[in-house]
Amino acid sequence: MSAHLTAGFIDPARDGARAFRQVLDAMAHPGRIVTLDGPQGPAPCSPAAASVLLTLADATTPLHLAGAHDAAALRDWVAFHLGAPLVGPADAVFALGTWDALGPLAAYPQGSAEYPDRSATLIVEMDALDTDGARLTGPGIETQAFLSLPDVGALADNAARFPLGLDVLFTCGPRLAALPRSTKIGGC
Amino acid sequence: MTAYNFAYLDEATKRMLRRAILKAVAIPGYQVPFSSREMPMPYGWGTGGVQVTAACLVPEDTLKVIDQGADDTTNAVSIRKFFQRVADVAVTERTAQASIIQTRHRIPETPLIAGQILVFQVPIPEPLRFLEPREVETRVMHALEDYGLMQVRLYEDIARHGEIARAYAYPVRVEGRYIMDPSPIPKFDNPKLNNSPALQLFGAGRECRIYALPPFTRVESLDFDDYPFSATKAAGQSCALCGSTVSYLDEVITDDAGGRMFVCSDTDYCAARVAAGSTEDAA
Ligand SMILES: [Zn+2]
Repeated sequence: MSAHLTAGFIDPARDGARAFRQVLDAMAHPGRIVTLDGPQGPAPCSPAAASVLLTLADATTPLHLAGAHDAAALRDWVAFHLGAPLVGPADAVFALGTWDALGPLAAYPQGSAEYPDRSATLIVEMDALDTDGARLTGPGIETQAFLSLPDVGALADNAARFPLGLDVLFTCGPRLAALPRSTKIGGC
Repeated sequence: MTAYNFAYLDEATKRMLRRAILKAVAIPGYQVPFSSREMPMPYGWGTGGVQVTAACLVPEDTLKVIDQGADDTTNAVSIRKFFQRVADVAVTERTAQASIIQTRHRIPETPLIAGQILVFQVPIPEPLRFLEPREVETRVMHALEDYGLMQVRLYEDIARHGEIARAYAYPVRVEGRYIMDPSPIPKFDNPKLNNSPALQLFGAGRECRIYALPPFTRVESLDFDDYPFSATKAAGQSCALCGSTVSYLDEVITDDAGGRMFVCSDTDYCAARVAAGSTEDAA
C-alpha cells in the first residue's frame, strides 16, 4: 500500500473531535484563524483541508475536486479515507481547490428557501491567510474582524443572498479561517 | 479497549451531526434537520442536547450539566455520568469552570464567557407549531418570513391578558431574520441570549432539529412598540438562602402546613454566594 494511503487520523474519534472543535470555533468566529494539527494529505491538499475532510466528509457527501486538486493521489486518498463520491460543482456538498480553480460560486448548490442548509461548503486553498484585508461584521464577531479574501465582490454577493449561499473555509498549511454566509463584508 | 467509541456515537453519526451544527452556526436561528440516533436514555431526557454535546466534546473539556438550574437532579446527574463514562471528560458544577454546559430550561446566572458552549435540550423546536401543526407549512412561513400570524397571536394575548402571556419559551427574532424558540427557559433568561460571548447550540432529539446562536448575535424577544418586552419575575422577592434579589427564583414548599420560600433556581450561583457570605461572616 502506498504511503499516501496511510495518512489519516491516528485516533479518529479524538483527533476528529479536536479538529471539529477548531473548525466550529472558526465558523463561530468568522475571520479567526485556527490551527489544525492534522495529518498531511497528498499534495496539493493542505493539512488543514485534509483534517476538514477527514472530520466532515464521507460516502454521504459528494465532493468536487477542482483544478490541481483533481489529482490521482488525492483521488485515491479520498476513496480510501472518505469514500466520498467525486462530482461536479452542481452536485457538491464539499468542494476543494484554489479560488480560481473552484470557479464561479453560482455553479454550487446555494440551498433552497425552505432548506437553506442544503448548500455547498467550499474549502479554498490559499497561498496566504492573514487577519487583514476585508472588514467583516455580523454574527460571531463582537465588533469587527479582518481577513484576506480572494474576491471581496463575489463573497459580498454571496453574503447578500442570506439565508441562501455558500459557506467558505479558507485553508493555508495547517491554518484555517471561516466565512459563513451570515458575515457581512465591507462597509464601515 | 473501551466498550464505547469516544463520546458514545459512531464516527459517521458524529460527522452528520457536525455538518448540521456548522450549517446551524452559518444560518443563525434556522432549524437544520438531522437524523436523530437512538440514545441510551428516553426522549424527554435531552437526547437532542446529548447528541449535540457528544458531537462537540473533546477529551480536554470540562462539562457541566444542569436541569432547571440544578446540577443535582436525576436528569442532570445521569447525563453527566454518561459523558464521564463514554468520553472520560472532567465535570464541574461551577459555571465559570465549564467549557461545555448542557442545560434544560435555564441559562446560568453567572455570565457566560468567550470560548464556552451552552447546549440547550429542546422539546419543541418550532416556534410556529402552535399556530400551524404542519411542518411543510411552517417551513414556508420561515422561508417567506411570513410571521404576521405570530404577531397577531401575541397581540391577542395582550388584548386578553394585558400582556403577552408567555412565561417560558418566549419567542425571539435572530438577527432580524428567523423567529426561534429559545427552548422552555423562563423569559427572565431571554436577555442572556442576546450578544452572548458564548456559542449557543440547541438540540431537539425527537423532532431531529439543530439550531444555533453564534457568539455576539442579535437576539430580540418579540414585542410591540406599545407593549415592550419585559423580563420580569416575581417582584420584591429575594432568595431565602443567599439573599439574591436579581436571580431567577423557584418557590419551594417547606412543610406540610403550606410554608413556602423562594430560592435561586441556579444552585451553583446560590451556593457560591452562600459560601462567600459565610466566609465574610467568619472573617
Ligand atoms: Zn440564592
